[in-house]
Amino acid sequence: MPELMQFLLSGATVGAVYALVALGFTIIYNASDIVNFAQGEFVMLGGMITVFAHMAGLPLPLAALLAIVVTAAIGVALNKLAIEPARGAPVVSLIIITIGASIFIRGAAQLVFDKQLHRFPAFSGDDPIAVLGATILPQSLWVIAGALAVFIGLWLFFTKTLTGLAVLATSNNRLAAQLVGINTSWVMTLSFALSAGIGALAGVLVTPITLTRYDVGIALALKGFAAAMLGGMGSPHGALVGGILLGLLEALTAGYISSQYKDAAAFIVILAVLFAMPQGIFGAKRTERV
Amino acid sequence: MLTVEGLRSRYGRIEVLHGIDFTVNSGEIVSIVGANGAGKTTLLRCLSGVQPITHGDITFRGEVLTAVPAHRRIRLGLAQSPEGRQIFTKLSVEENLRLGAFLYSDERVDKDLADAFAMFPVLKEKRNLSAGGLSGGQQQMLAIARALMGRPSCLLLDEPSMGLAPILVAQIFDVVKGLKALDVTVLLVEQNAFGALSISDRGYVMETGRIVMTGTGGELIADPRIREAYLGV
Repeated sequence: MPELMQFLLSGATVGAVYALVALGFTIIYNASDIVNFAQGEFVMLGGMITVFAHMAGLPLPLAALLAIVVTAAIGVALNKLAIEPARGAPVVSLIIITIGASIFIRGAAQLVFDKQLHRFPAFSGDDPIAVLGATILPQSLWVIAGALAVFIGLWLFFTKTLTGLAVLATSNNRLAAQLVGINTSWVMTLSFALSAGIGALAGVLVTPITLTRYDVGIALALKGFAAAMLGGMGSPHGALVGGILLGLLEALTAGYISSQYKDAAAFIVILAVLFAMPQGIFGAKRTERV
Repeated sequence: MLTVEGLRSRYGRIEVLHGIDFTVNSGEIVSIVGANGAGKTTLLRCLSGVQPITHGDITFRGEVLTAVPAHRRIRLGLAQSPEGRQIFTKLSVEENLRLGAFLYSDERVDKDLADAFAMFPVLKEKRNLSAGGLSGGQQQMLAIARALMGRPSCLLLDEPSMGLAPILVAQIFDVVKGLKALDVTVLLVEQNAFGALSISDRGYVMETGRIVMTGTGGELIADPRIREAYLGV
């Protein structure tokens, strides 16, 4: 029993990270139907920039803030330099551009930073907290709280604010959005900044547990993508539930079968979702009249 | 209110508007009629700023629109209900209407919403349903109502009768006629020449990117060439 509890706690932690990555996918997808495969690199940048800013002497909170702001700016640059010039291209081309961008950012990070694994101290120390016979790191609580906070923030943004609605409107019908007075290129800029900022926040929260390196983004992007597909692309609820479920599934697979099969769980989930319910758990069913 | 002079526009290398001139005066309903492919929709796209112009001037209430981006033109009072309705199919009826008032956040938005529901009761019934599930006629009403939420002084209407049953067409034209009472000037683009001209103060006839004839609604309906070419009598 303590064993199961331990698997659930570590699954929830990993799941919260996947949820944060999936939430990052949600915004850009809602604004443009683009799945941004550079989302994992935003997570990596959040961790790496914090590490190097902290090493350069900045206090940790300030370094983390700097990392989030710089990563958001990099997200905006990605939109302005790579996505906006290709506006009008099919979504598939734009998705391929984001894959290119992810490779580019990874390469640049390798040059600007280095190829070593890094970490910085956990926010509230490293003494495990006992829960029902199992233990959890204080930093895990930070990660889970971060995922919940971002989820609530995004849910409010998309359901309660006119700006959030404008983001949804822009992806639904760009022409109509312009005609009602929405500055659609500003909406895209905002989406990339928010997505990148959320990705960086995930990196800041998780680095004390998992460590970071220039190439950690790719696995995170794939797992986050699996989580978003499972929950339903575009839905903040889906991202949260999909992320946590995937994390639990991985932890249970690792615990009861073999940790060698841990990574397979995510990909089996993608396949099962695509075969059985392509719209995911919370995805919108499409009923449209033409 | 709206003056267009020497307007030219092209898609790639193909010019589709070869110098258009017309005016719309405050309080009028003006129609531009013509066959499919005459360039009517392109003209309205130019007016709203979502289609680049290569030559000519658009002046709206004394302001030259050439350098004004699309999303700012509605703030000046120029709204469009576009061809094919272009409603937000994944959002609810009410969300569509609230987005029509995207630029405003005062209490008049709620009043305008109530007015829109009074004008189109069927939209009130379906306010929380996804707009993509509405019928063609209801979608057209939603498109007009959404444009009105933007508080236009001039409304551009592109083919509101397209694809609708005759009884709905009559209903839509009644709505357009009623806009006069709301102090909204209307520029109506239609293939249904008879329906459009019969509710218009003035009309223009467009053929392959040019204005070829103009007159009052009644004069154009009575003109033998128009009767033969567009009215089928």
